Amino acid sequence: MAFVQLEGLGKRYGEIDAVVATNLSVEKGEFVSLLGPSGCGKTTTLQMIAGFVEVTSGRILLDGRDITHAKPASRGLGVVFQSYALFPHMTVKDNVAFGLRMRKVPAGELQQRVARVLKLVRLDQHAERYPRELSGGQRQRVALARALVIEPPVLLLDEPLSNLDANLREEMQFEIRRIQREVGITTLMVTHDQSEALSISDRVVVMQAGRITQIDAPYTLYEHPRTEFISGFVGKANLLPGERDSAGVVQVRSGGDLTLSLRPEKIDLHEQNQGRLQGKIASRFFLGSQWLYGVSTALGDISVVRRNDGSTPLNEGTTVGLDGDAKLLRVLTVDEVSA
Amino acid sequence: MNTLAAVRQGRQGYLLSAPALALYISLLAIPLLLTLVLSFNVFDYSSGIKGDAYTLSHYSSLLGDPYFYEIFLRTMWISALTTLLCVVIGVPEAYILSRMGAPWRSIFLILILTPLLISVVVRAFGWSLLLGADGLVNQTLQAFGGSPMKLLYTPFAVVIALVHVMLPFMIIPVWTSLQKLDPAAEQAAMSLGASHFTVMRQVILPQIMPGVLSGTLIVFGLAASSFAIPGLLGGRRLKMVATLIYDQYLSELNWPMGAAIAVALLLLNLLIMLSWNRMIEGRYKKSLG
Repeated sequence: MAFVQLEGLGKRYGEIDAVVATNLSVEKGEFVSLLGPSGCGKTTTLQMIAGFVEVTSGRILLDGRDITHAKPASRGLGVVFQSYALFPHMTVKDNVAFGLRMRKVPAGELQQRVARVLKLVRLDQHAERYPRELSGGQRQRVALARALVIEPPVLLLDEPLSNLDANLREEMQFEIRRIQREVGITTLMVTHDQSEALSISDRVVVMQAGRITQIDAPYTLYEHPRTEFISGFVGKANLLPGERDSAGVVQVRSGGDLTLSLRPEKIDLHEQNQGRLQGKIASRFFLGSQWLYGVSTALGDISVVRRNDGSTPLNEGTTVGLDGDAKLLRVLTVDEVSA
Repeated sequence: MNTLAAVRQGRQGYLLSAPALALYISLLAIPLLLTLVLSFNVFDYSSGIKGDAYTLSHYSSLLGDPYFYEIFLRTMWISALTTLLCVVIGVPEAYILSRMGAPWRSIFLILILTPLLISVVVRAFGWSLLLGADGLVNQTLQAFGGSPMKLLYTPFAVVIALVHVMLPFMIIPVWTSLQKLDPAAEQAAMSLGASHFTVMRQVILPQIMPGVLSGTLIVFGLAASSFAIPGLLGGRRLKMVATLIYDQYLSELNWPMGAAIAVALLLLNLLIMLSWNRMIEGRYKKSLG
């Protein structure tokens, strides 16, 4: 039996289905991300688990216990909100201690647990500050500490990093993962950022229009996207026409009836007249560690990524040859739901 | 340098605020100053105000006469009770209002503001129709076999009518500070195990204290200097300070005494409001900025 289990979970708002019959099992200690574009139902799903949104159909099981209609307070889950939702009139320490006070934890133990969790999120120096005196990243960590200190069975993170700037976001991704590993807590995170989902989760759940369309480990998800939407949403993808040859091997073929996906970093760039596809470099973007080339070919525009290995980059207008390993082509199914 | 800073540096700032400044000086500062001067003038019942002779006698009789103490004390407790009732009724009302859905919120907000659209005199007469000896309330009481009660010309009538008028002044600032609240903070508190009551008391109320503070200041200030309601619903015998001033000016024709009472009321009001502001703001300033 999984630790957290969603059975046919659904939510209707009037005539609109926000979440449709969702099934999901999360193991104890696992870090699972719900990934999808805005309005896909991922936040609604999280809020149903937290108890802030009434469930229309289905069940939520926590460690075998049915919590579908339990009050948020009695579920005892740790929730971190997108806006952090700190109590502005309380110090960092009081914010973190709030959940323990509600549980009537004795003063001595309370002090100890607050100090321990503040150390864990590296905020022990800021215990007496007020939220408005802290930076975005620090507020984020207070929110995390406040949720963790009650030692909840499950941690729910609602877009926890979307209010931070890019550098800090990356730093906090690793920080959240470190803390999650250290505490060993079962975690569900909602995000619309695919790189965030890929880098810190054990498994990623892709949602689209209220439905789950793929559940896989990050690497599998990236290497084997099931649909056209997922291949474009998770990482960059070149969509190419193709068909199966007599031996059953998938090949790129103009006018073929299959849709194939090939990642930009898996395409080889050659000199002119080498490789199976000829093209001209139409655009060039410098990404620091990489160069992103847009190559116009008979099969349309194809993105190619080259590692910045210090050699001179190719100029726009250069004619190049493209090739790739047929084993890296992925056959996509047509999207059954529209995003 | 932006435009605002340029205006601040140059003299345009004074020029731009000159009309408002002129209005304040001519309509507020000068009359106040004249009242202050008047309060020191000698008054004689046979010859009237002596503009060139000054005395402290009005203030000394104000301080020495228990008659004035009683009226000042009554004004203060009626204003304080009105303020308290406005907090007790207005804060939950503002909270419920902020939680209402799309069409209802605007409708109820307008409903709450309607008392301000009706003349205070008309409203006071409305209350006296309700509360009078043959009023609707007493008729109902008698219809159920009760004996009629004296409601009009009591502090009860004054307080109830004052609360009715002042409620919008409490609801609006509280509602404004409720708008600034992060609704997720309530959810956060609930997920941490707080009951609805605890969320109200420990999360919402402390955050809307600045709004409650402004509300209490406005309500107390207006109630302590209110004239029409105590005049019409308190009657001749239940005097409050504003009606007392009116009597001194128009019945006794003792303008300097009236001016002295007005100055005393102003100072007392200022003292109470400033210390109240200091007390509450001091507690919440550090955390709420």
